[in-house]
Amino acid sequence: MNSKIETSIQDNAFLPEPARVISTRYLTKDVKFFQVRFTDMEKALSFKYEPGQFAMVSVLGAGEAPFCLSSSPSRPGLLEFCIQKKGRLTDAIFRLKENDLIGVRGPYGKGFPAKEMEGNDILIVMGGLGVAPLRSVLLYCLDNRDLFNRVILLHGAKTPTDMIFREEFLELKKREDLDCFLSVDKDESGIWEENIGVVTTLFPKIAAIDPSHTYGLVCGPPVMYKFVIDEFIKLKIPKDRILMTLERRMKCGVGKCGHCAIDYIYTCIDGPVFTYWDVIHMRELI
Amino acid sequence: MKIVKLKKENLYPFLEIISKDADLWAPAKKHEDRHVFKQVEDFEQIDLDYTRTILPPRNFLLPPEIRMFQASKSEYEPDFSHVTKKILFGVHPCDIHGLLIMDKFYTHMFDDPYFLEARKNALILGHSCWPDENCLCKSTNTHIVEEGYDLFFTDLGGNYLVWIGSSRGDDLIRMQPDLFEEDIADQDIQSFIRWREDRDKAFSTEINFTAMPDLMELKYHDPLWEDLGRACLACGSCSNVCPTCNCYNVEDNPVLGKNCSNINRCWDSCTLEYYSGVAGGENFREKRSDRLKLWYTHKLQAYISKYGKPACVGCGRCVVTCPVDINVLTVAKALDGNGIDSFWKRLSIEVSQ
Repeated sequence: MNSKIETSIQDNAFLPEPARVISTRYLTKDVKFFQVRFTDMEKALSFKYEPGQFAMVSVLGAGEAPFCLSSSPSRPGLLEFCIQKKGRLTDAIFRLKENDLIGVRGPYGKGFPAKEMEGNDILIVMGGLGVAPLRSVLLYCLDNRDLFNRVILLHGAKTPTDMIFREEFLELKKREDLDCFLSVDKDESGIWEENIGVVTTLFPKIAAIDPSHTYGLVCGPPVMYKFVIDEFIKLKIPKDRILMTLERRMKCGVGKCGHCAIDYIYTCIDGPVFTYWDVIHMRELI
Repeated sequence: MKIVKLKKENLYPFLEIISKDADLWAPAKKHEDRHVFKQVEDFEQIDLDYTRTILPPRNFLLPPEIRMFQASKSEYEPDFSHVTKKILFGVHPCDIHGLLIMDKFYTHMFDDPYFLEARKNALILGHSCWPDENCLCKSTNTHIVEEGYDLFFTDLGGNYLVWIGSSRGDDLIRMQPDLFEEDIADQDIQSFIRWREDRDKAFSTEINFTAMPDLMELKYHDPLWEDLGRACLACGSCSNVCPTCNCYNVEDNPVLGKNCSNINRCWDSCTLEYYSGVAGGENFREKRSDRLKLWYTHKLQAYISKYGKPACVGCGRCVVTCPVDINVLTVAKALDGNGIDSFWKRLSIEVSQ
């Protein structure tokens, strides 16, 4: 009885594509920035994604996990990730040097609804590592500046040295087509010339907005959501135009392994971008 | 759909022919009163007089642990060695419904080749069954099955009526057509009708599943869940035996001295402690009650909202498996207002003391 069969699966959703690390640099003491490119140049250039989507990144021997894409689809070729050192896999990622090979598959999930957001004011509020997914949508808006009305950015960090992309954001303040406000919770070094206080103290600086034509985007540490959403509600931004991106454990990215299940949805295929209305009617979201 | 007749004495000759180039898996006795699906070489091992096997058929499509890839720095070599040509004989309607739910799940948005290849290479030969007090399949409407099998055998004493459910099933019959009879006598039809009526009457347990999504919602904060959480051992047995549990974990296991890794996929359960844990130590469902709630929300609420029927096929495996009596039957009853089982109350009090 020979029941062994030869199987060749052309389309294996779990198969990572090889990619090379192009550059790495520290953003803060425990957050590093990675630029990677698929070794197959055709794949690198044809890789289409939406701001807010994520990819599964793997390092041989250490494992695989979801990471949001920090680069913008408006700048094809390179994929960028902001990664904080947290465990076994991220330890291995931190040890990567230029030209090292990693595995990437994706893009996965539902990103920000860029098409629907066109023509509206975009208010982006980010804190801490929340920059990672929101940088993608910010760059996308700036690269397609004509498609959007006002773009407002509020960015908070604990201290100036904890601010991810600090120099880049300080540079962005010079742009006239972007209202960029930065804040740190405290500054013992005394080098900080911008606002001091939690990110919500920046809200009064925003010139009056038209809430029915505004999208509010938020990502940051868990404690931040409630306070920022309260501010959005005070500004009368509709609940289904308040967008946030969430984190869950994932082992597949394609709705099979079950780890990211919340109620009847899977964060990986129905998210990771959700509206505040989703959050209200699916209690476990935040 | 075509139905043919097979004399009982012709069953083994038929199995003999069709198992020539595939592994035959069938129910067999394990210990005194338990059954398992196992690969059988000797047909005498087959015991069709069974209610439920310990593990559901998904066990031999996706075994507890499979290797997805053998990976080196330069190449990920997919491994489909768990896929073999199989014939699953003696599968009950509830388990066929379980496979149908898995089919839907594993093809939703993305295909899962590790399941689908195994499914494609397995022939499903269903078999009629008789309920015990733990069978809930009449309530879940999975006590009869119209699709998802290649052949289905209904035992009418001296004969089987054999439903041909697929083109592949038809091919099997054609391997030895003279074993089968095309003409089904009136007498056979009458005995089938009687068998159906008797079987329908044999179901003793019933739950109203249609009310579950609303009840789960209304009782989201009910103290019931805390009591259940205190009684639950978080052992994951319910997930291991459930025909529709599909969660898995993936591990990258480096092979010492070889500079390569085995990327393995193994069963997981949402009732286990670190199931919803993320990097940095955050755990979205630290409490056992939250994890149990997810299990039951998924089966009794989410799936009904999405597909119009529960992800429970009423096989009763959780009923006979859970060491502390938390199962679809008791939880549904408690949600339905029949009060919390005194056993849980006592257990919950004892645990908290």
